[in-house]
Amino acid sequence: MFADYSWSELGSIFAMQGFAGLVLFSVFVLMALGLAIIFGQMGVINMAHGEFMILGAYVTYLCSNFFQSTAPALMPISFFIAMVLAFFASGALGMLVEMGLIRFLYKRPLDTLLATWGLSLILQQAYRTIFGAREVGVTLPEWMMGSLPLTDIIEIPINGLIVMAITLAITLAVYLIMFRSRFGAKVRAVVQNRQMAGAVGIDTERVDRFTFGLGCGIAGVAGSAFTMIGSTGPSSGQLYIVDTFLVVVFGGATSLIGTVASAFTISQAQSTMEFFLSGSMAKVLTLLTVVGILMLRPQGLFVLKVRR
Amino acid sequence: MTPLLNPLKKTELIGFVILAAIIVILLPAVTDAFRLNLVGKYLTYAFVAVGLVLCWGSAGILSLGQGIFFGLGGYCMAMFLKLEASTPEATKIQSTPGIPDFMDWNQVTELPWFWEPFHSFAFTLLAVVAVPAILAFVIGFAMFTRRVGGVYFAIITQAIAAILTILIIGQQGYTGGVNGITDLRTLHGWDIRTDTAKTILYFVNAFLLLGVIALSMLVRSSKLGRILVALRDKEDRVRFSGYDVAAYKIFVFCFAAAISGIGGAMFTLQVGFMSPSFVGIVPSIEMVIYCAVGGRYSLIGAVYGTLLVNWGKTTFSESFPELWLFAMGALFIAVVMAFPNGLAGIYKSHVQPLFKRLATRNSDRRDAPAEAPAAIAE
Repeated sequence: MFADYSWSELGSIFAMQGFAGLVLFSVFVLMALGLAIIFGQMGVINMAHGEFMILGAYVTYLCSNFFQSTAPALMPISFFIAMVLAFFASGALGMLVEMGLIRFLYKRPLDTLLATWGLSLILQQAYRTIFGAREVGVTLPEWMMGSLPLTDIIEIPINGLIVMAITLAITLAVYLIMFRSRFGAKVRAVVQNRQMAGAVGIDTERVDRFTFGLGCGIAGVAGSAFTMIGSTGPSSGQLYIVDTFLVVVFGGATSLIGTVASAFTISQAQSTMEFFLSGSMAKVLTLLTVVGILMLRPQGLFVLKVRR
Repeated sequence: MTPLLNPLKKTELIGFVILAAIIVILLPAVTDAFRLNLVGKYLTYAFVAVGLVLCWGSAGILSLGQGIFFGLGGYCMAMFLKLEASTPEATKIQSTPGIPDFMDWNQVTELPWFWEPFHSFAFTLLAVVAVPAILAFVIGFAMFTRRVGGVYFAIITQAIAAILTILIIGQQGYTGGVNGITDLRTLHGWDIRTDTAKTILYFVNAFLLLGVIALSMLVRSSKLGRILVALRDKEDRVRFSGYDVAAYKIFVFCFAAAISGIGGAMFTLQVGFMSPSFVGIVPSIEMVIYCAVGGRYSLIGAVYGTLLVNWGKTTFSESFPELWLFAMGALFIAVVMAFPNGLAGIYKSHVQPLFKRLATRNSDRRDAPAEAPAAIAE
């Protein structure tokens, strides 16, 4: 299978495949970070996570249309404005959902799963009614398109680079929020020992609400970043939800570093195998391996000791 | 939330008889052949819902992958029927006669080894039950002996459902891909597409379902059933009392899987095809909602729940396809938030007291002095 290629070509193929894997990794990290906060820290299974993501994507779509028609001068930075708006839109919806729905179900995690699945159906149909069943694409600013030629064979798409940069920035932001801020300290305190946290004067319900909002907001940003590499349809969110959950569970649900590590492992495994096998078989093998490892090591890669 | 500890009470038996009367006598009497076939299709989902009542209601194991087992059962049956439909005479225009048409389209030139045994009807019947049960055993053994439960179990079963769907769609030459296995005609030379055949299959299905419910009632009223309830509520106490918790969980999971397989096989027979759209995550979660609407602790409620949701789905999507997903989503949320015990719960808390009040009022009329103590009791 390698006989037809020269060494330099083979090297380039692996480099490009590796880069594709890195982009996939960024996407996984973006999707999984929000879920890791909601599922890992709060223990809530949010099946509507994908729909929060899609909300961010649609906000970006609306935003780019708006700038294109009314303020073309601002077009180059429209994407970043859209991203901030997506964060707040998804975050606000998340907090509303927490107040109206999730709050009552903290003691019944399996029921949360069903209720949020119901929510995801409603959101999907709402998107379909508002934006139509067809997939929409976002017009990117000029400078985000095209690719950088690295050597004469290897070309690196710019949008992939930007997605990676955004991922890096958001991961850093999440790290700062969770580990270097008062809010993060409160969140971790509530996760580790809810009663004790309440006893020392932390308003645990408020912390829950903001944590959920933060997780959903990050999902919105993920959706926004997503529009750079793919189009958005009403049910796109559904495609990613299982992968995302597996990434979070595989990494050890309570560990953010674990989430990043597992996203890296899964994405690299998948994109490397995609080169040798068909796409669907690569996916099947990756998922099977993950499920197999989870059966042997149910707590995931990284474990954080937690008192429940 | 008081689950039924001893379900073989008189009321449950009466409920069983009423259900039997409805699906065996009433529905065939009032519906035409087309609608009856539709009801038959819904009732095949009820097998899964009944399995979920045992698994989720009684033992607290929520599987989001019951579609896997439904699908496996259905595929086993479909493979047999497809082989029967693909005789060398019927497929002589193909480049390789005697293999299913979709294999020929995908340049597969000989029958894959795992299709071979499905020439035998006896093997197929066995496989319909055994293949889902064995897979359930493997999953259950790996998960339950390591004490994985609750949410994690739900996510992993869901992932397996996703894997199986991708696999079936990807391996088009061996499985028929996204279209599934279609164009099934005869069972041992007996045309299953005629109205008479469909009516007969409806009754076979109905009696199988009733048999499965009766068997499940037995399981629940036995000591085994009580241990399941006990481990749902306080798993550690059961373990410390010396029971092998994992073994009980594995059993109930396999049992539910086997039942779902039967449902899948009956689905294939009545509907005439099987496709991956009955295997994946979405159908699996829908099947959980049938069970939740009927009442997760009630075997009989699960059947009504299945019928009600599917009837709603058909009516809604015929007249307002837009609204169906909204209605379904709202139903999910409402059932979880307001009626966690589903139809059976509503019946228990609202209808049953009404009957009781009517009964006491009647006896009051007959026996006037009894009125005073009854009023005090209220």
